[in-house]
Amino acid sequence: MKTKKQQYVTIKGTKNGLTLHLDDACSFDELLDGLQNMLSIEQYTDGKGQKISVHVKLGNRFLYKEQEEQLTELIASKKDLFVHSIDSEVITKKEAQQIREEAEIISVSKIVRSGQVLQVKGDLLLIGDVNPGGTVRAGGNIFVLGSLKGIAHAGFNGNNQAVIAASEMLPTQLRINHVLNRSPDHIQKGNEMECAYLDTDGNMVIERLQHLAHLRPDLTRLEGGM
Amino acid sequence: MGEAIVITSGKGGVGKTTTSANLGTALAILGKRVCLVDTDIGLRNLDVVMGLENRIIYDLVDVVEGRCKMHQALVKDKRFDDLLYLMPAAQTSDKTAVAPEQIKNMVQELKQEFDYVIIDCPAGIEQGYKNAVSGADKAIVVTTPEISAVRDADRIIGLLEQEENVESPRLVVNRIRNHLMKNGDTMDIDEIVQHLSIDLLGIVADDDEVIKASNHGEPIAMDPKNRASIAYRNIARRILGESVPLQVLEEQNKGMMAKIKSFFGVRS
Repeated sequence: MKTKKQQYVTIKGTKNGLTLHLDDACSFDELLDGLQNMLSIEQYTDGKGQKISVHVKLGNRFLYKEQEEQLTELIASKKDLFVHSIDSEVITKKEAQQIREEAEIISVSKIVRSGQVLQVKGDLLLIGDVNPGGTVRAGGNIFVLGSLKGIAHAGFNGNNQAVIAASEMLPTQLRINHVLNRSPDHIQKGNEMECAYLDTDGNMVIERLQHLAHLRPDLTRLEGGM
Repeated sequence: MGEAIVITSGKGGVGKTTTSANLGTALAILGKRVCLVDTDIGLRNLDVVMGLENRIIYDLVDVVEGRCKMHQALVKDKRFDDLLYLMPAAQTSDKTAVAPEQIKNMVQELKQEFDYVIIDCPAGIEQGYKNAVSGADKAIVVTTPEISAVRDADRIIGLLEQEENVESPRLVVNRIRNHLMKNGDTMDIDEIVQHLSIDLLGIVADDDEVIKASNHGEPIAMDPKNRASIAYRNIARRILGESVPLQVLEEQNKGMMAKIKSFFGVRS
């Protein structure tokens, strides 16, 4: 039973399941009603009893967490559907700020001395040394133009892909995400131009700096952060 | 108006008090009016090293709390005609007896009268350190070639760099034992300077005479021949702006046998 009401929801079937394009001009309640109607009309099933994944496209609509939950619940209440993703064209300023901060390379020119902690949200480019007892932490990668003799903690927000690179690698400890590695008890001569990263098994590996080009092609960012 | 220099190190036992006493003495020998201020309240030593312990009547805490005038507390060193004075620390109170602001005011007042106010800082980075640094314009960081002392020096330099009124600190490497350094058993001067990356003000060799002199209450800088004394005098001259080359650390006055041994590469 079709109503004459405006269509708020467009459904498209793809190989990967259903894509719901939701109107972004109406109110959220109208949208829910429309969706409710739409989903109750037709039975979506692949005939084998498997669940169909649903990609929701919100257009220029911003959803609060509770609204997202409501939407997810509504779709999941139809027994053969589950929400795979909810995409919106818009994000809050706060999120944008965060993304920017996380993608930024902060350059700092100083010596991080014993007892000092230098922490940034994005990548850190330190022009200077990290002395023993000093700590540098970054949400992203750490690059030290100088000697790294203290502690470096890259990807502290849970980024396994983060790397640590230094002109002179003599750290007391290296940490990437939750993986920790300490220096051998007998200090060797300065190891120049090295980097540390986590391999696919999550083990920390120290390599020549030049290997990063293959290991982390994402490090090349010619167009700025995003 | 003079300038106030704080002598600090972080770690204890590296020779802050000895350095303070000798730099003060050396500056006085060079004709400057100097006041030594001991801020190690509760554990005062500078008066003992200077041999002025028995002349103390009032102390720094008395001045700060207004129990006496400043000049009443100053102890004059008779060996120098009106050039060298000591402001002794109290022995009965502790570091919390004074606040940084009070020391700052006192140092400010002393700077009107003296060319140099040398502030001897207690070990550590707590209240005592904060008191000592509050009035200073310049800082000298003392370290020994031991790694633990260099670590603490690094920490102190980091803290000093955050002080707005203190110029970037300069380094004195004290108690150098030449044979250990030559064998690579301790860090060498270049390594220390590179590690801390601050200007080197001077190096002082480890010498038994320094300890003997301190125990007699006569700073080694009074002895014109001793090499540690010359090192301290050189530092004093550098403070005055002269450029003096660094001392050569080789053992001097070797006997004939030692010379032959060293010729064949045997350690004497």
